[in-house]
Amino acid sequence: MGLKMIVMVKQVPDTHNITGDAMKPDGTVNRSKLPAIINPEDLNALEEAISIKERIGGHITVITMGPKKAVEVLKECLYRGADDVILVSDRKFAGADTLATAYTLKFTIEKIGHFDLILCGRQAIDGDTAQVGPQVAEKLGINQISNLLEVLEISEKEITVRHSITDGYEVARSPLPLLVTVSSEANQPRSPSAKRVMIYKNIDKKDDGVEDNLIQANGPGLVQKITEWDADFIGADPAICGLAGSPTKVKKVENVVLAVNDIQQIPPTEAGISGLIHDLMNDHII
Amino acid sequence: MANYYQDNSDIQFHFKNRDLSRVISLVEDDFAESNKYAYAPKNQEDALDNYERVLAIVGEISADFVAPRAREVDSTGAQYADGEVAYPVGLQEAVKRINQADLAGFILKRKYGGLNMPTTVFSAAIEIFARADASLPLIVALQALAATVEKFGSDDQKERILPRFASGEMIGSMALTEPDAGSDLQSIMLKASEQSDGTWQLNGVKRFITSGCEQFSLVMARSEEGSQGGRGISLFIYERDQDMRIRRIENKLGIKGSPTCELQFTNAKAELLGKRRMGLVKYTMHLMNSARLAIAAQAVGIAEGAYQEANSYAKDRNQFKKAIQDIPIVYEMLTTMRVNIEAARSMLYETSCIVDIKEGIENSIELHPESRAELKSDLSRYTKYASLFTPLVKRFAADMANQVCYDAIQVHGGVGFTKEFDAERHYRDVRITSIYEGTSQLQVVGAIGGVVGGVVFDRLDDYESENDFLEVQTLHKSAQELRACLEAAVAHIKEKADPEFQEYHSERLVNIATDTLLAYLLCIDALNSDRKEKVGHLFIAAALTRARSNLEFIEADDVSMMEFHADIINKAES
Repeated sequence: MGLKMIVMVKQVPDTHNITGDAMKPDGTVNRSKLPAIINPEDLNALEEAISIKERIGGHITVITMGPKKAVEVLKECLYRGADDVILVSDRKFAGADTLATAYTLKFTIEKIGHFDLILCGRQAIDGDTAQVGPQVAEKLGINQISNLLEVLEISEKEITVRHSITDGYEVARSPLPLLVTVSSEANQPRSPSAKRVMIYKNIDKKDDGVEDNLIQANGPGLVQKITEWDADFIGADPAICGLAGSPTKVKKVENVVLAVNDIQQIPPTEAGISGLIHDLMNDHII
Repeated sequence: MANYYQDNSDIQFHFKNRDLSRVISLVEDDFAESNKYAYAPKNQEDALDNYERVLAIVGEISADFVAPRAREVDSTGAQYADGEVAYPVGLQEAVKRINQADLAGFILKRKYGGLNMPTTVFSAAIEIFARADASLPLIVALQALAATVEKFGSDDQKERILPRFASGEMIGSMALTEPDAGSDLQSIMLKASEQSDGTWQLNGVKRFITSGCEQFSLVMARSEEGSQGGRGISLFIYERDQDMRIRRIENKLGIKGSPTCELQFTNAKAELLGKRRMGLVKYTMHLMNSARLAIAAQAVGIAEGAYQEANSYAKDRNQFKKAIQDIPIVYEMLTTMRVNIEAARSMLYETSCIVDIKEGIENSIELHPESRAELKSDLSRYTKYASLFTPLVKRFAADMANQVCYDAIQVHGGVGFTKEFDAERHYRDVRITSIYEGTSQLQVVGAIGGVVGGVVFDRLDDYESENDFLEVQTLHKSAQELRACLEAAVAHIKEKADPEFQEYHSERLVNIATDTLLAYLLCIDALNSDRKEKVGHLFIAAALTRARSNLEFIEADDVSMMEFHADIINKAES
């Protein structure tokens, strides 16, 4: 049997490889100049799901809300071991803030139906809000644990994890269903499987999905095509999705030039240094 | 995310510009499996795309996972205690990653769960892994054992063994060397005795066995009692049980992550692979040729790693108010390193393609016996080319890589001598490449027949007829001059008709032949790139002075070395 898992992923501009023209003069991100990648911590979430599947069995459905080209991140998930992928795409979802995104994902998950565990990255490297996961849990009315570091025990009924909190970590146990957000410290995501890459590389091309006869020959586990759902299909309420459902308004964007204005003393101890490294990593400086 | 394939424009150059169409048609048997396996390519373009994608996975694992653990793998090393061997954790984890990525059956056929990649792609994978950690390709390259079973084993053996290799459940070792049989393999003594039930028992000792602690071994043993020489030797499949004891592992200069075991077999049950008496002369030669090509790839990869380290250090290190990369005596070192790596890489992929075509034709004849007549002359041609190029590239790549790693420390200066940088590790790791799978000196013995016998000229004729060198006329002229040196040297040796004289000069002859072939390969590369024309220019300029000097020495008929050596080595000053 195993667990029915849903992994939520997001396509983001690769802000770790910023070049000179990555920002427009008005201070917004020049998305065309940055390669689109799968949000790194979403890969940690997928890896956690795959290792849970390896431990107790299960089924992994990956969902993403985004434009058509977001299909690329779903392929990345198929390459690594997702059992099924769904692209939730509609012009009505454009301009969504975290609240509207959470609603859309909630409708999608309800459309999928039964699930035991939802996993997503702790935060996305473009917005860095870390809000969507927790909001989805709220909208679905289920438990949530953020910043997962390690799954200690898992059964079909409950899960025990170690997760980071402000001053350290905590061991927490929750019955399922549950939503967890996964931090980059939890694991080092696996690389794509060569076979799965060769099988799925053209799955989004018209008439070039995996053919029926090959599915027969290679077992029933293969995904035949990328499932696409729109607003009507998932029964999304247009008033609370997309721009219409987004109370967040950007008032002004500023270019901030970093300058030294205060000095922080770091004690020359293991703890001091690892604290500094941790802070720098959190700020995406290293 | 770093990637050792995607950041290496030179490997990509070869996949972009080399005509792989025949290799692909042969290895895919004209796409016969495209309707049978979802991951089989449908056409040439699809296959090439697969190769690049698979190498990108290898590049990602190498850069992101293997390289950051290489220093610890080296400092921990493989450990031996109470008859058991433990690999360093970093290497165990790397193997797990490789298995997760379905790379364990890289060259095996799809029906056994493999990826059916050609040798050319495998060479690139080994090169990329080696750049990250020199110990890792030894485990990866031992897939060649499975390929040997695939080629010579019975259907039953293949079905029992190969899927376990392809899934990564099993890796193996080739147990050839013995304490008293190193380069001279035909003098091995490990005894195989046939039992009444048709199985065999092994008794004796093997030494210097890479990963000898693994579950699976191909063991070379003397099956014909009282026989001497290569014809009394057979090859056996052995699965580890209580009847084989690991006596110890070697304490080595480099590739410390890879355990090199001494094995004691006592009435150990084994099964024969293929036919009796063919163990050394056919199966082991085939296996060793694969291994030699893999070592060439490993050497190129280690050299690439050392060069990258040296170059980035030279860019950042300032002395005399400038980056040391801008000081002539330093940039000459760096440029020569790079040129020689690229030359070796051209020969590595040329040899790999030759081997793919040879193996592909053999496979094709097996699948379609009616094509034998048509393919026979091609098979004989490519078999000869493979026998010439394999020792040449193994020797050139290994010796080149040793020089590159030596110079990489030199570029670093004092810090290169410390453990603070990776240069010293590369220098230790690379040393073995000129020794194992046949020393560089033994490769000369393997190649000399093809040089004196004219195979080298047949291949040069191919290059002349298949390419129009007009665009790189100056370069081509120099390559032709190298060929003239080689022809003169070979003619001189033949004229003497003295086997001892030929043996004395064989290394020099092989040097000129290697330089000449490399010069032509770089001319071909130059047809596709202005930068490669410059690489070719620098390589050929140096090669010409080497060749002229070798030729001059051969033509001088100075045999004082043959006459004086005993007095100089053995006698003291009176």
